[in-house]
Amino acid sequence: MNGIKPSTSSQAATLSLDPEAMAPLETPWEEFLRIFQKDYQALFGFWVLMLLLATALAGKALTEWWILFDPEVVRLTDKFLPPFSVPSLDSLPTDRPFGGMYLMGTDELGRDVFARMFQGSFVSLSVGFVAVGISLSIGILLGGLAGYYGQVKLVFITVDTLIMRFTDAMMCFPVFFLILTAIALSTPSIYTIMVIIGIFGWMGTARFVRAEFLSLREQDFVTAAKALGIPERRIIFRHMVPNALAPVFVSAIIGVASAILTESSLSFLGFGVPPPYATWGNILSDGKAFVFDAPWLFFIPGIAIFVVVLAFNLVGEGLREALNPKLRMR
Amino acid sequence: MWNFILRNIGQRLILLIIVSFVAHSFIHLAPGEPSEVDPMNPRMKPEDIAKIRAAFHLDEPLHVQYVYWIRDLASGELKSFKDSQPVLPKIWKRFLNSLPLFILATILVWTLAFPTGIYGAVYRGGVYDRSTVFLSYALISVPGFFLSYLAIMWVVGWLGVPVISIKTFGMEHAEPAYKIMDRVWHLVIPSVMTAIGGIAVLSRYVRSQMLEVLSQDYVRTAKAKGLEEGTVIYGHALGNALLPFVTMFGLLLPGLIGGSIIFEQIFAWPGLGRLSYEAILNRDFPVIMTINFMAAILTLAGTLLSDILYAVVDPRIRLH
Repeated sequence: MNGIKPSTSSQAATLSLDPEAMAPLETPWEEFLRIFQKDYQALFGFWVLMLLLATALAGKALTEWWILFDPEVVRLTDKFLPPFSVPSLDSLPTDRPFGGMYLMGTDELGRDVFARMFQGSFVSLSVGFVAVGISLSIGILLGGLAGYYGQVKLVFITVDTLIMRFTDAMMCFPVFFLILTAIALSTPSIYTIMVIIGIFGWMGTARFVRAEFLSLREQDFVTAAKALGIPERRIIFRHMVPNALAPVFVSAIIGVASAILTESSLSFLGFGVPPPYATWGNILSDGKAFVFDAPWLFFIPGIAIFVVVLAFNLVGEGLREALNPKLRMR
Repeated sequence: MWNFILRNIGQRLILLIIVSFVAHSFIHLAPGEPSEVDPMNPRMKPEDIAKIRAAFHLDEPLHVQYVYWIRDLASGELKSFKDSQPVLPKIWKRFLNSLPLFILATILVWTLAFPTGIYGAVYRGGVYDRSTVFLSYALISVPGFFLSYLAIMWVVGWLGVPVISIKTFGMEHAEPAYKIMDRVWHLVIPSVMTAIGGIAVLSRYVRSQMLEVLSQDYVRTAKAKGLEEGTVIYGHALGNALLPFVTMFGLLLPGLIGGSIIFEQIFAWPGLGRLSYEAILNRDFPVIMTINFMAAILTLAGTLLSDILYAVVDPRIRLH
């Protein structure tokens, strides 16, 4: 690739076509890291999320596979104990908590709140991720189809109009109301909730993806790919989608946060995940009845949800700033 | 201009028809029916269930039920499944209850969000800016009912502000002045709680719009000409920054129904959100479908209004 030969040695330094010399000073990834690391709030959010991920995995392992903290043991002798209290003398030795004391107290049935929160971290997080995964898949599929095949006519209506009108129709309804209706009218289970939250959240993603595809479609690399004879399915999913993903990624992160909040609102109204799964939303709404007698039952999950959702939002906003050059300070 | 408006209205009418189909089929496709509200009731004999199903046309195919619904809605005779009362007066009454809450919350949101956002943008990076940005992230991250319960505990305990429903029991015989003040007091906490999320989101949006405008070339020119800071910001930048928000006026309409189901439940406010919640619990299809449909109508009308306002205010849209 070194076509041009420099004629003087000083020109050699400046005119070299050597790929290493022509490379930008920092790759896009390094640039992204540099900007992201300057944002203290986003960094804080990121580490909180890493901690949450570790906690969720540890929680799943330690409460269901190698049980160290059993969230389901009912100890009626130990009801409403405050955090850091030891089990009472009446409780069975086999029911004693790991470590000898209740880190976060007990609830109205004597269950260890720490164990329930530990288990609930995995469940809440998985509800968020699965719901967002579903809405991302639907959104990217519909947005991609509308953006790429937009002008193709099916019978009398273009694909773009069809998909976009359907999206607009779905956006007309108040989303929480629809979710509540769907869940109330079907058998409540954790999978129903995940699927339903996912099914009503794809509209924003579809619009983003379509907008990105509309601009990407005209770019040269797509034309080049078509000229090379690459099948269209591969062009869409292998070449265009990765370039369209930046706003989708940001809205996905914020979507997980909003899925967690939606799940806690559903639990508040009585339509949350049914037992045996304990989610933070469940613990919070069970605890609201005891806010004067046992405030830790209400505040601990509330503050936990707050910190986690805040972390997601901060990371999402940090990503948006780092990935979008137009938003940065001039 | 008229062309633009008529085209928009036409598109929206088509969308409205599609939306009515979606609203109708969605409810009927979900499992669960009015006759199943009380499945354990031993007195519900199969003949009664059959009678209920016949009265509500539940055995007919979907498109026939759709026609029944539209016909009853248009003639105003749509009856609720729960107590056979006409649906539209029910909705209207609850809507009037929700209205003061909505108006006060909207006023709070719009008057508090703009100064916060603008000041934050103008003094970007300063203490005020960073603390309000962090505060707005915090406020959208708190679960709504968590914050409301905290507010109830502190405010009622400390300041004695009433938080249950719309008026105090027994105030019917008091003087009008006391009655009015009582209503106003009851409005305060629910509307503040409803407004908080809106203020957080809107002030961030205002701030980012203002930042984008302040980085434009014409602002730099104005400063280079030596104009005062105040003139530059309020005379030149502000008008252009606020342009998109004129269109957001239109999007206020759907909020009327979007309805704080959660907040109305917490504060026992007898409004539209609570009506929809009760209807869902009772499998009251006509009420659910009608409220959904009205929400969709308001959304479409709202977006139409904002499109028109945008065209009026921004000549670039009109001339395309």
